[in-house]
Parts: sequence; C-alpha cells; structure tokens
Amino acid sequence: MSDTLGTDTATDRQSQGTPEVGGAAKPAPPAVRRRGRAKMRLEIAVLSGPPILVFVAFVIFPVVLAAYYGFYRWQGYGPATEWVGLNNYRLILTDPAFQQVLWHSLLIMGLSLAIQGPLAIFLAILLNQNIRGRSVIRVLIFVPFIISEVIVGTGWGLMLQSNGAANDLLGHLGLGSLRNDWIADPKLAIWTLMAIISWKYVGFAVILMLAGLQSIPDELFEAAQIDGASYWQIQRRITLPLLGPTVRIWGLLSIIGSLQLFDLVFIIWGQYVSGTAGTSTMAIYMVAQGRSAGQFGYGSAVAVVMFLISFIVALLYQRLVLRRDLRGAVTEGVI
Amino acid sequence: MSARTVDPWFSSAAEPNAPVNRRGSGEKAAKWGNPVTYFIALLFIAVCIAPVLYIVIGGFRTNSQITDSPAGLPHPWVVSNYSNVLKSNTFWGEFANSLIVGVASALGIVILGLMVSFVIARYDFKLKSAMYSLFAAGLMFPLVIAITPLYIIIKDLGLIDSLPGVIIPQIAFGLPTTVIILVPFLRAIPKEIEEAATIDGASRLGFFFRMVMPLSLPGVVTVGILAFIGSWNNYVLPLYILNTEANFTLPLGVQAFSSQHSVDTAKVLAFTSLAMLPALIFFSIFQKRIVGGLTGAVKG
Repeated sequence: MSDTLGTDTATDRQSQGTPEVGGAAKPAPPAVRRRGRAKMRLEIAVLSGPPILVFVAFVIFPVVLAAYYGFYRWQGYGPATEWVGLNNYRLILTDPAFQQVLWHSLLIMGLSLAIQGPLAIFLAILLNQNIRGRSVIRVLIFVPFIISEVIVGTGWGLMLQSNGAANDLLGHLGLGSLRNDWIADPKLAIWTLMAIISWKYVGFAVILMLAGLQSIPDELFEAAQIDGASYWQIQRRITLPLLGPTVRIWGLLSIIGSLQLFDLVFIIWGQYVSGTAGTSTMAIYMVAQGRSAGQFGYGSAVAVVMFLISFIVALLYQRLVLRRDLRGAVTEGVI
Repeated sequence: MSARTVDPWFSSAAEPNAPVNRRGSGEKAAKWGNPVTYFIALLFIAVCIAPVLYIVIGGFRTNSQITDSPAGLPHPWVVSNYSNVLKSNTFWGEFANSLIVGVASALGIVILGLMVSFVIARYDFKLKSAMYSLFAAGLMFPLVIAITPLYIIIKDLGLIDSLPGVIIPQIAFGLPTTVIILVPFLRAIPKEIEEAATIDGASRLGFFFRMVMPLSLPGVVTVGILAFIGSWNNYVLPLYILNTEANFTLPLGVQAFSSQHSVDTAKVLAFTSLAMLPALIFFSIFQKRIVGGLTGAVKG
C-alpha cells in the first residue's frame, strides 16, 4: 500500500525503489536486447499463462458469473432461463432480514475497529519495550490467529454454554450473578461474538503494529528523551503519528475481514439460531437464502450486493483514510 | 494493495533474530524493566492461551468430570478420549485429506505464484502493471463472496465431492497474497547477479531455475507455510464442495464429529485439539518466517 513507515523510507525510495520501479531490464543490457523480443514474449507467456488462467477462471470468472445469475431465478441446474431483471436485487434490498444482517455486518465492522484498534496499539507499545521473552510473547499472542475458525467456534461454543466452563468459572470467582446465557441471549450474543472475534484477531493486529513500531528510527526517541520527554509523552507525540500508516492498513484488512465474516457465526450459532440471537451476517444470509434454499440466482445476487458493499466501503476508506499514505504511490507507479 | 516497499522479507524477517539493538541503548537490555508491563503482558498471554488450554486439557477429562465442574482440571487424567480418536479411521482419513489438500494447494500456490511473480518482477513489458493490478484486485474478491458461482463451476467441471475441487480454487485464491509477498522479494535480487548469469551463458529461464529459485527460498517457504495453514483451516470451500464423509477435511470433520457426539463433550474436545495440533506445530516451527512474512507483506 505504501511505505511511509518512517522518515528513513525517503532514502530507501531513492536507493532501492526508483531504479527498480521501471523493472529490472529498463536500460536493457545489450545481451538481453540481442536475444530478441519474440523469445522474451514466449517466456512471459509460458511463465504467466498458467497462473493467469487459473486465477481468472476461479477468482474473476465466478464473480462475473454471479453478476450474470443474479438476474435470473435459478435452482442451480440446467441453463438459467427465467430472467427476472433486477427483481432479485429489489427483493434483497427490501427484505427486512437482509437489512438486519447488513446492520449486524456494519456493527461488527465498526466494533472490530473500535475495540481491536486501541487495544492493539496499546499492547504493541507496551510490548515494544525492552522486556524479556519478547519472541515467546510474540508467538503466544499469535496462536489464536493460527487456529482454524471451526476449532475456535467449537471450543468457545462449549465454554460459553449456559452450563459451560465460563459460567462455572464466574461462580467460583464469586461472580455468580454475572452468569448468563452468552450464546442464545439476543442482548448479549453480539457482544459474545465481538469478544471471540477480538480474541482471535487482536494478536494479528498487535504483530502488525509491532512491525510498524520497529520501523520508526530510534534516533527520534533518543532525541525526545534528551529533551526530557516522558515515556508516555514520547508515545503520544512520536509513536502514534508515525504508526499511522500501519494502523490505517490494518483498518482496511479488518474491514474486509469483518464484512465477509461467516465461519465463526455459522459454527457457533448456525444459520437459524444466528437470526434470533442477532449475530447473523451478510454471508450467513447468502448461504441460507442461496444454496440452502436452492435459490442459486438469488444467492448470486446477494453475493454481488456483498461484493459491491465491500468494494464501496474499501474504496471510501482508500479515498478518505489512506489517501495520504498513497500520495506519491500513484505517480511513482504502484509497480 | 501494492508492495513496492523495500524488500519486506529481509527487513522484517531478520528482526526477530536480532532483538538486541532495539529501543534505547544496550545497557537497558540487561534490565528487567517495569513489573506492570510484565503483568499486563502475562495477562494478555493468559487470555490468548486459556481457551486453547481448555480444549486440550478438557480432552483429558471424562464427561462426568466436565458436567460436575465445567471449569475444573482433570482428576484423574484420562487418555482414553485421545487414544480413541487416534485409533479411529475417521480421524486419520480426514487428517490425510487435509494433508493432501494442504500440500497440493501449497505446492500449486508456490509454483504458479513464483512463475507470475518472476515475470512481474524481472521482465519489462507493457502489460506488466496491469498484470500486477489484476492479482492485487484479487484481494477484493474473498472466497466467501465467490462461493456460490464457484460451486456451480466446480459442479460443471465434475469435481464436486473430490479433493481437486477444493485444491484448484484454493490455489487460485492463494495467488494474490503470494504475488504481493513475492514480487518485491524477487525484485530485490541484485541485477548484477542476473547480468553475471547472462555473461556466463545462462538464459533468463536458466537464471530463474538456477538462481532465483534458491535465492528466493525464504520467501517461498513463507508463502508455502501460509498457504498450507490457510488450507488446513479452510472451512467454507470444503463445506460447499465435499459431501461424503470419506472426503471430509478436518474442519468439516470437527463440525460433523461435534454434532454427532454432541453429548460426548470430552471426546469432542479431544478430537478438536488433535485437529488443531498440526497447524500449531507447523506454526511454532516456522513462526519467525510466518510472523516476519506477514508483517512484511502488510508493510508493503
């Protein structure tokens, strides 16, 4: 996205970026030129042909196909013949159930940013000090991110049952009044989900922030120290502003991830309970209304709507939030 | 998503190895620092690890122990849950499927990703940046969104309920991240090496096989491990593609097992912890590369 992770990158850009931006063979060495363009084209075709074919066939084409089937009422077999125009889209946008899952998805997106962001920045700054066992800490906080969502869902689902370990533990701690039906109670369920999401993904955010912190040159901190700034003053005046680009990129990743959340909700709540518990997401709606109901045309239309929403949100985010990180990136060429 | 930074692999991956020259001066490294910091760090780690320990330790208990005291420790420790799972053909069948899918996906992603990244990084031609943008745009097409039409395509290809039906789309969806990690990495190989190889009579393809492959090995390993773990954990795609239990991968297996044995919590916990173990072991062996590679990719 950008490399504005510190003041030292300006020199990097000069020494490394610019000569390479034009490609390795910009002023083509004589030997290369002699070999001829035809041979080079052949090499390019042989090397990039298969990956592009696989990528277009299984990533780009399905999305195009979804746009096509979205205009049909179609059960998933035989050719799609029953053209319904924009009817699927009209149904989706007026369906109260969809409005509900859209709201849940946006809520999850907002809460993920609001909870994980500050927490990860705080923990990263804390862990970026010279403390013992840093590498062990790094590994341990990354563990939840490595475990599959199915396993996370199964484990948390068992722990949070009304007669599960979480309530039992609260009882032992003398907090029996806090015992709750964490999963089925519609008032609590979304917060339970947010707790599990934060648990699973905050380690990833901390690791990113730590990497961002390490690219801030030490000289800045030393200078501030000499000027008599306190530890937390340094963090507020120097670290936070310079960590900005990392935080903003993490934000984009978090947004895209939140908007397509499926596995965790599907495993813990299932497609029916999630509706009453208030945790169903757009992807849950897509699967329930699409494949499970045998309406592949409608499911495809939901996929298109999901894609457009993610795309618009990501685009807005890029324009409004990432703009300053991207400045220069366009003119210098993304590649 | 661009990745035009300075060589993310070397800069970030090397860091975990060399924590000496960090913040502050060398004399500080010997000190223990603020106890509050340790307290918060330990608290954070405890929160991260406790649910994992609950699953692993719960597998050593009996169902009556779990019912009597859901948050207690095993007393006595029983290994029968684990040994039963380890003796079952279901577990090993699903384990083998996950392994086949994971290795094949990782190999496919690495080979195809390396090919196209090499072209983007080391050739100069008009459509180069369009090619990069094509793959970078792939990040905006998450698997979940494409799953319905993907299912139809796989069905039309006759690959439903077969492992290749999971492997091929996983390779395709793994390519964007791979390209974004590998391109800056390949571009960082000094031009002098290529020129020297040319002078010595190597063709560009010869250079690719003799020099690029070995030199980019660390980046390739990162990408391969990420691909393997991603595949090991993938749920949506197998859920759509695989129907019969003989073809299930472990995530599907865990879900099927926990609904079949919903009253046998201890056995479910044992099955679940055995299913996550390979990914965890894999991660702890290669953690430096994974953490380094990921941070490098996002920095870019």
